[in-house]
Amino acid sequence: MPHKHHKEKYRIYWRKNLHYLAVLLSIWFVVSYLFGILLVDKLDQIRIGGFGLGFWFAQQGSIYVFVGLIFVYVWLMNRLDKKYGFEEEDGDE
Amino acid sequence: MNVQAWTFVMVASSFAVYIGVALWARAHTTGDFYVAGGSVHPVVNGMATAADWMSAASFISMAGLISFMGRDGSVYLMGWTGGYVLLALLLAPYLRKFGKYTVPDFVGDRYYSQTARVVAVVCAIFVSFTYVAGQMRGVGIVFSRFLDVDINTGVLIGMGIVFFYAVLGGMKGITYTQVAQYCLLIFAYLVPAIFISIVMTGHVIPQLGFGATVTDGSGQHLLERLDGLNQALGFEPYTDGSKSTLDVFFITAALMVGTAGLPHVIVRFYTVPKVAAARISAGWALLFIALLYTTAPSVAAFARANLLNTVADAPYSEVPGWFKNWESTGLIEFTDKNHDGRIQYTGPASEVENELKIDRDIMVLANPEIAKLPNWVIGLVAAGGLAAALSTAAGLLLVISTAIAHDLLKRGFSHNMSERRELITARVAAGVAVCIAGYFGINPPGFVAQVVAFAFGLAAASFFPAIILGIFSRRMNKEGAITGMVVGISFTAAYIIYFKFMHPELNSAEHWWWGISPEGIGTLGMLFNFASALLVSRFTPRPPRGVREMVDRIRIPKGAGKAHEISV
Repeated sequence: MPHKHHKEKYRIYWRKNLHYLAVLLSIWFVVSYLFGILLVDKLDQIRIGGFGLGFWFAQQGSIYVFVGLIFVYVWLMNRLDKKYGFEEEDGDE
Repeated sequence: MNVQAWTFVMVASSFAVYIGVALWARAHTTGDFYVAGGSVHPVVNGMATAADWMSAASFISMAGLISFMGRDGSVYLMGWTGGYVLLALLLAPYLRKFGKYTVPDFVGDRYYSQTARVVAVVCAIFVSFTYVAGQMRGVGIVFSRFLDVDINTGVLIGMGIVFFYAVLGGMKGITYTQVAQYCLLIFAYLVPAIFISIVMTGHVIPQLGFGATVTDGSGQHLLERLDGLNQALGFEPYTDGSKSTLDVFFITAALMVGTAGLPHVIVRFYTVPKVAAARISAGWALLFIALLYTTAPSVAAFARANLLNTVADAPYSEVPGWFKNWESTGLIEFTDKNHDGRIQYTGPASEVENELKIDRDIMVLANPEIAKLPNWVIGLVAAGGLAAALSTAAGLLLVISTAIAHDLLKRGFSHNMSERRELITARVAAGVAVCIAGYFGINPPGFVAQVVAFAFGLAAASFFPAIILGIFSRRMNKEGAITGMVVGISFTAAYIIYFKFMHPELNSAEHWWWGISPEGIGTLGMLFNFASALLVSRFTPRPPRGVREMVDRIRIPKGAGKAHEISV
């Protein structure tokens, strides 16, 4: 990467990417390890239908959130690629 | 038609489809063979990845395990899905941009070292064989129970089919057969789940029926009912856990990280045309997987309630046909210890002695029969179980053959091997791998369950940190990465071998380090790997300039190119 402007763009792009990762992985940690494991007994005192909330997160909710996280990540990254001009052109293929 | 005839029809027609697809998608080049020419659509790849990932363990065993473990079973649900978030966010796009065929390729090039490559090849082969052995047990169970052929013949038929499409079609053949297998297995999983959910709770969607009230007019929630049934018989309440919180934490993490580090899953992301496609195809894969994984805990709860209602304290002379059928396979055992002619099925807290042994692996397969569903559903489930086992076995065999032909022979010893020679070698290697896997199927090692813990632990403690550091740290060098992998693998392997093979009598919470079971120790191994790699790299030279530039290139999607074009 010889060009100075390009280097600066690259640095910001990468930092933004790390920022997204930090936010998304925090959510990933909270719904599974925090809600589904560490706080499961406390949350189970809240009932939704037949489920304790902690049990629901451990066996259902965390999985739905995981799927959502990946699609949000894809959307964020595609937008970021475009903004900084790092997306693949069709000619790349 | 009876169950056996239906099963035969379902299994035979599914096999015919696989063979047809394999003939249609033959591999002509090494690119086709290793990564399906790098031109698979993301949704198609997502489906294939889902079938590749969901093995006999997911389809046949998992709901059964959860059914017996209750809340502790959450480790499998979160562990085997949460890994895809790591895969999609931290690995898939960058490895796709790197653009070679395999995980050892990445490790070898990023750490400019043959040693690192060989360590990675050995891990990949070990992990994959471990897994194949597990699939073969699944194939054997289905054949012996439903088609009345003996297990050996069943395994031979299964291996014959896999041999045909894996050796002929390579990754290309496997990808398109896996799509067919996904459709079959998800249909076969959902149909009985929906049927049973309607009967038990009146809800069409099993995920809702799971939390609803039972239809007998009592107004009681299904899960409350289960807690009550379990407790009355001396078991832990269904929605309570008996494992320690720390152990659950570590096991979940080991399964998640292990999933993200499994070579047969990672390699799937080389088959799509672009980096953006690799990202989205991980999303599709998890969506397709989640369809089964959110249904599984519902199936587990339905199956548990049905089982307890049917067998607990029932007179042995009046048990339904499925009970006798499974008894004859040895997977259900009843001994009338107090000679009252009734089945006492009780847990550890009960004063009455337990008289019934049920293999957890049979729950999903027996469930439609226990719930008295039509015969065609039972045949469908059998075909679905085979689809799950065969699709995973094929993906693993491909990793093994690629590891041998490409990583070890071509990149390791014989650099000037021609494309034609390499393709032949890869096919021969796949053929040999099929035979070895067939051997394990006929003479299954008695320790399949233990070895699976091994596979995940090793993948978590070896590949994952090496790949993550390779992408996210420009400073990480070969000294650090190799030290990390060796430390991670040796520690994890030593811990598991000590407790599982050398001193199984000591394998209980009071002897474990900080109460961490061998299933969860891979997480600690991974942390040791990270720590030692970072430490050693601080005191050793930076990686060469070319490698640092390669890391910069991996981090942006621009200029990906097809996987098989860059590789030569």
